[in-house]
Amino acid sequence: MSTSRKNYDVVIIGAGVVGCAIARELSRYHIDIAVLEKEADVGWGISCRNSGVVHAGFNYEPGTLRAQLCVEGNKTFNELCLELDVPYKKIGKFVVAFKKEEITELKRLKKQGEENGVEDLQIVGTDELKRMEPNIQGLAALHSPNTAITSPYGLTIALAENALKNGTAFFLNTEVTAIKKNNSVFRITTPKKTFTSAYVINSAGLFSDRISRMAGAEKYRIYPCRGEYFILDKNTSKLVNHLVYPVPKAGYGGLGVHITPTVDGNILLGPSNEYIKNKGNLSSTSKVMKMLVSESRDFLPLVSNRDIIRSYSGIRSKQAPSSEGGFWDFTIGESRMVENFINLIGIESPGLTAAQTIAQKVVKIINKKEKLKISSKFNPFRKGILRFEAQSEDVKKSLIKEDPDYGEIICRCEKVTKKEILEAIHNPLGARDLISIKYRSRAMMGRCQGGYCLTRIIELLKEKFHLDPRDITLKGNHSSLLTGYRSNEVKIS
Amino acid sequence: MTEKDVIIIGGGAAGLAAALACRERGIKDILIIERNAYLGGILHQCIHDGFGLEKFNASLTGPEYAQRYIDLVMSKKIPYLLDSMVLDLNAKKEILVTNRQGLHHYHAKVIILAMGCRERTRGAIAIPGTRPAGIYTAGVAQELINLKNYMIGRKVVILGSGDIGMIMARRLMLEGAEVLLVAEKLPYSSGLPRNINQCLYDFDIPLLLNHTVIDIKGNGRISEVALAEIGKRGGIIKKSKRKIPCDTLLLSVGLIPENELSRQAGVILNPITGGPEVDERGQTNISGIFACGNVLQVHDIVDNVSLEAEYITEGIIDYLQGQLKKHQAIQIILSNGLRYVVPQKILTLKDTIFSFRVNQPGKKKTLLFEENNTLIHKTFFSRVNPAEMLRVKLSSEELENIKRLTVRLV
Repeated sequence: MSTSRKNYDVVIIGAGVVGCAIARELSRYHIDIAVLEKEADVGWGISCRNSGVVHAGFNYEPGTLRAQLCVEGNKTFNELCLELDVPYKKIGKFVVAFKKEEITELKRLKKQGEENGVEDLQIVGTDELKRMEPNIQGLAALHSPNTAITSPYGLTIALAENALKNGTAFFLNTEVTAIKKNNSVFRITTPKKTFTSAYVINSAGLFSDRISRMAGAEKYRIYPCRGEYFILDKNTSKLVNHLVYPVPKAGYGGLGVHITPTVDGNILLGPSNEYIKNKGNLSSTSKVMKMLVSESRDFLPLVSNRDIIRSYSGIRSKQAPSSEGGFWDFTIGESRMVENFINLIGIESPGLTAAQTIAQKVVKIINKKEKLKISSKFNPFRKGILRFEAQSEDVKKSLIKEDPDYGEIICRCEKVTKKEILEAIHNPLGARDLISIKYRSRAMMGRCQGGYCLTRIIELLKEKFHLDPRDITLKGNHSSLLTGYRSNEVKIS
Repeated sequence: MTEKDVIIIGGGAAGLAAALACRERGIKDILIIERNAYLGGILHQCIHDGFGLEKFNASLTGPEYAQRYIDLVMSKKIPYLLDSMVLDLNAKKEILVTNRQGLHHYHAKVIILAMGCRERTRGAIAIPGTRPAGIYTAGVAQELINLKNYMIGRKVVILGSGDIGMIMARRLMLEGAEVLLVAEKLPYSSGLPRNINQCLYDFDIPLLLNHTVIDIKGNGRISEVALAEIGKRGGIIKKSKRKIPCDTLLLSVGLIPENELSRQAGVILNPITGGPEVDERGQTNISGIFACGNVLQVHDIVDNVSLEAEYITEGIIDYLQGQLKKHQAIQIILSNGLRYVVPQKILTLKDTIFSFRVNQPGKKKTLLFEENNTLIHKTFFSRVNPAEMLRVKLSSEELENIKRLTVRLV
């Protein structure tokens, strides 16, 4: 591509897991890439607000992109996680039938999965289910050994860091306000600066409809559909060994409230499935909170309100309107109206599983039009922050010897050391909000929710970046944690 | 592995008092392990007064109260580790500690659990709404303001009428913030009456009983909470819902004994106190592991923490000298009006201090200790309050030959 009249060959709008995966896939080639993200860090949309499941692919209608990209994504996911140093656990999944009628649905799912190319699906009876999941009540279940779990925000950060290392430029706090195209050059306006490029990739998730219209491309419509979750204390980690799902209801736009172990040892309950008006409304609601616990108890009676440590919610970007429900297939491809404008619309579940295969598909689209030159410098490997807590005693000893910051525990619940916090604070993307540190280090994610470590982390942030207290933020602009010093006259450092 | 006679986990009010009492009873080989950079624990951020009325017959601030103990620990040269976190504790009484010098293994004949407690969070009580900045537990706010000199907000709603919440209401007013109200979901405050008067009423801060926060709004910083009244049957009265613009929500909704290490070691915990189940000497189900202070049961007054820590050292001496003879166990049965009792069981005969909490406030109440309807002991209280722990001592003579001790409040 000739870069004479523009700053970038490709501008990617949206740094969710898909946007970051596309950036990384494209960074294998000799091209200039920029990723524009309106938030203060990557992955703050649905990418950090889901179940973290690597789906096998039996839930999707054969022949759809969702089925194809999910099954392929599942098969290469472990390798991706190994390259990027991201947690991955193949714990398997049960879809549990409570009533006889639901067993027919299990059989249908199994057949559908096999048609999609999902391997090793098996229907097990009550006894077998009881043996493998003693705390779960159910008549029969579909067992999918290839379903896995990962850290969804961990993967997004890793993809972004690896793309960054391979030359991609990331612009955080950079919201796109206008897109114009003149003589095959896109002009992308943001409050900070204007970007020019030959290609634009619209991976703006919930706002991909707005971006598409902005560019004069197709008039899609995204319907926000909220899913609420509870996070349970790590004390519950032994309650289940697998992901446990109910049989999906027809016409329901989600997979039903399920029990999801996380790679860190918590359990998630959720998500709900509720169409909402406002795309920014991440509220948890009392109605759903009650429902999450009661529906979970249907198959896991040991779940208790006492185990809840936090709630969160995510918003699916659905193309299927509420009147219709269910799922539409992913829309991935070049706009028919604006050349070199590539749309990714309605990427909901299994978007995490399929992130890399979606990215490969996007690269193929560009490669068909341009002869992309492979870069010999591309390095697929990325190292994450070493978790002190996960090391053997000998390793721990030598780590502390090497750097005493490993000996100092800042977050007591998750046993995160000062060294890990400092690495998170100085992350390659330059995100320094509290949430960014949380997602990178696990500090503040335990049962005391920052009660012990919050003050310590605030002090470290202030010390490392010489910040005014008002500039220490939770999650981007207008989220200051402090209103200043106690006395504005006397500033004590 | 370093051997010790007594290791105390936690150098706060309980740990310091336990260390001093152990030393006074002749134990030489003691080690206090403290995760903070200083001894005294949470007392340092409690800069208000009212500490020490029972123990020292003086009204001290938290730091002053702590300093009295710290000075004694120093003068008696009781060894302690600072900036040191216990990572593991097992039933063999082995401890793994980390600090900037490395990892260290210890073993002790006696372990005293004195880890204190932590605050219940917004997540744990599942308040609906968004998750913006500006929501703090009262203790974290206290630390930020009193120890770090920050200001956390200007227009504050407080949920929960725990003592720290009320003390922080006053503190924020003195710093020029506007405290709009304190909402308490119960029909009575969960804090001490003196704090209601001195911290709320003296500053014209309304205390709304039977009220709770049912929604939180704001994406960056909190901008509003929705408040509602709770009806007689525990449900929200929809008509009572009102919006309160604010920039800060402070939570004072309960304290939870910090028993992660105890659980790791296999110590049995009581679901109501959240602390270990102990006998009359403060010994847990694991021989040689004792507990005192807020890790055992959340206290309302620090003096009682110190007294409890001193009290359990009697049993520790007996344990170290091999003098713990097991008599017939006494079963304790709680009846009318009582939420919990500590100790939960009695294994040997000695003068025993019982701690109770009542279910609801009341006036002119008597605590009756009985066996088969025969009265063994009674104590009269002109008023009882769930916020105030009742402590009653029964002598070994009274407890002799008793098998089932029933306690009720009438």
